[in-house]
Amino acid sequence: MDKFEKLTGVAAPLPLINVDTDMLIPKQFLKTIKRTGLGVNLFDEMRYDDDRNEIPDFVLNKPAYRNAEILVSGDNFGCGSSREHAPWALLDFGIRCVIATSFADIFYNNCFKNGILPIALPQEQVDILMKDAEKGENARMTVDLDAQTITTSDGEVFTFDVDPFRRHCLMNGLDDIGLTLEKAAAIESFEATMQTQRPWV
Amino acid sequence: MTAPKTLYDKIWDAHLAHEAEDGTCLLYIDRHLVHEVTSPQAFEGLRMAGRTVHAPDKTIAVPDHNVPTTLDRVNGISNPESRIQVEALDKNAKDFGINYYPVDDVRQGIVHIVGPEQGWTLPGMTVVCGDSHTATHGAFGALAHGIGTSEVEHVLATQTLIQKKSKNMKVEITGKLRPGVTAKDITLAVIGETGTAGGTGYVIEYCGEAIRDLSMEGRMTVCNMAIEGGARAGLIAPDEKTFEYVKGRPHAPKGAQWEAALAWWKTLYTDEGAHFDKVLTIRGEDIAPVVTWGTSPEDVLPISGTVPAPEDFTGGKVEAAKRSLEYMGLTPGMPLTDIKIDTVFIGSCTNGRIEDLRAAAAILKGKKIKDGMRAMVVPGSGLVRAQAEEEGLAQIFIDAGFEWRLAGCSMCLAMNPDQLQPGERCAATSNRNFEGRQGRGGRTHLLSPAMAAAAAITGHLTDVREVM
Repeated sequence: MDKFEKLTGVAAPLPLINVDTDMLIPKQFLKTIKRTGLGVNLFDEMRYDDDRNEIPDFVLNKPAYRNAEILVSGDNFGCGSSREHAPWALLDFGIRCVIATSFADIFYNNCFKNGILPIALPQEQVDILMKDAEKGENARMTVDLDAQTITTSDGEVFTFDVDPFRRHCLMNGLDDIGLTLEKAAAIESFEATMQTQRPWV
Repeated sequence: MTAPKTLYDKIWDAHLAHEAEDGTCLLYIDRHLVHEVTSPQAFEGLRMAGRTVHAPDKTIAVPDHNVPTTLDRVNGISNPESRIQVEALDKNAKDFGINYYPVDDVRQGIVHIVGPEQGWTLPGMTVVCGDSHTATHGAFGALAHGIGTSEVEHVLATQTLIQKKSKNMKVEITGKLRPGVTAKDITLAVIGETGTAGGTGYVIEYCGEAIRDLSMEGRMTVCNMAIEGGARAGLIAPDEKTFEYVKGRPHAPKGAQWEAALAWWKTLYTDEGAHFDKVLTIRGEDIAPVVTWGTSPEDVLPISGTVPAPEDFTGGKVEAAKRSLEYMGLTPGMPLTDIKIDTVFIGSCTNGRIEDLRAAAAILKGKKIKDGMRAMVVPGSGLVRAQAEEEGLAQIFIDAGFEWRLAGCSMCLAMNPDQLQPGERCAATSNRNFEGRQGRGGRTHLLSPAMAAAAAITGHLTDVREVM
């Protein structure tokens, strides 16, 4: 997993609530057995018409946002299916940070496993960031995970919360499984106890 | 004397394998269910790191999302990508020695139907699967939730998950349900109240007389859609109905172990005075048969209602409603019963169990579906299908004009040949009405199996109480 420390980039505004993972990556692209290559199908049904032509009005098709690295959106982002193909598609497109008023639980977890930083902020702050994002490619935001701040193109600074363990893993690009395997002794001892207490499991 | 605990607290405490100083917990996982769509990258990750499956005996795999449900599937899956994904699961199950129900096994079906049916899901367990509808297993008083593929790999390698504890939410449905009102109406009505993010950060315990009165099948339907309300999991305390359902299943404990298990299971309830961070109470008699009108499961209305207008809402929901109405091709003020349907889908992990098929068949018996209607029943497992045939339900469906299919996820998510065409409108017993969910441009109205059967007969959304 790539480290996430500090990111300065274009933010794309997507002022919708309940952006679900079916929207992020429709089911026909879940048939892959790889994690890569999904960026071209990110938001597929919103991005392309029936003849596979780009729909010019969709934000990520606009020249200013084709290289966006940040996405600003509304309530309950990433709801629905647990498909990790959603963050894989975001990452493959080049998006490393999603800012929204709230996130669905499974999607939120999945982001951290893939080097993407999801940031939840109050509505008033997201409104300001949404306006900033609407300014286009000359307006770049900076997301600093170490300082836990977002700086708008105007220099306005917002702070955000993130779980310290997740922040640590993201900043160092750490593999969860490796960390958990360091606790193998605790897992084995738990299993030994369970073997006597709940042998039917 | 320890502080009173909720059911969730008890299951959580019983599975805590490690807690770090910063509060990060390792939760031990008793059952890991696996399907073909969200697992190939996880197995590939294991191989690349030279790791093995930590507890293959606690890992159960079954292909369900991609498999065709037509009788000709014995000839193989024609879509090459789908076929590769199912073949990858065949191989991974074999290579890593995990429990497996291949496509041609009569026990194959939707993973959330197969788990309980085979007795893999037991009260007090932790159950995970790379699928958001894992919440279904909460009906047994098991802590069950969906995970992403990275977490699938983590569970395969360590049999644990890194977790933070959620908050406790209680949803109580008091009193009795009225005739024609089912578990599906309960779960949709709850989401209508909470919204799709109302449960975010919580584990919901469903309780109250109307919940206790439900069969295990009905309880699974309720818990199944906990995720649609944003909750990490949904739970129902186990009782005699639960124990009766579990007893004698292939992987349920037997003999002395059964007695020991039962003794522990009977301690799995929320203690008097335990703290809930959020409480929602709904009177059972206030719940009507409901349908969804929009593209979010929170867009729920009683069938007697009318299509809302964007200005009936506030905040971001105004734009969302505008977008939904346009996508769904509906006009504000129109009675919901005027909405014409061309497709009916009965099945899915929400409503693909025997009781669901019985409820639909009871409405359809001796009747015909509307001319031109495309209607299909997709049993949740091969065993549900066999039982429905034995009970004569299959014949009722066939006589009414339904297609009688083999088990799989089918049109719930349309990763297989069962899909809607643009503009087609479906009455579906599944769980999501998202844009494009059942096929690009397809329009989905969620409802109960009995309501779906009623719509199949009349050709429009219908109050099931009028055809009972």
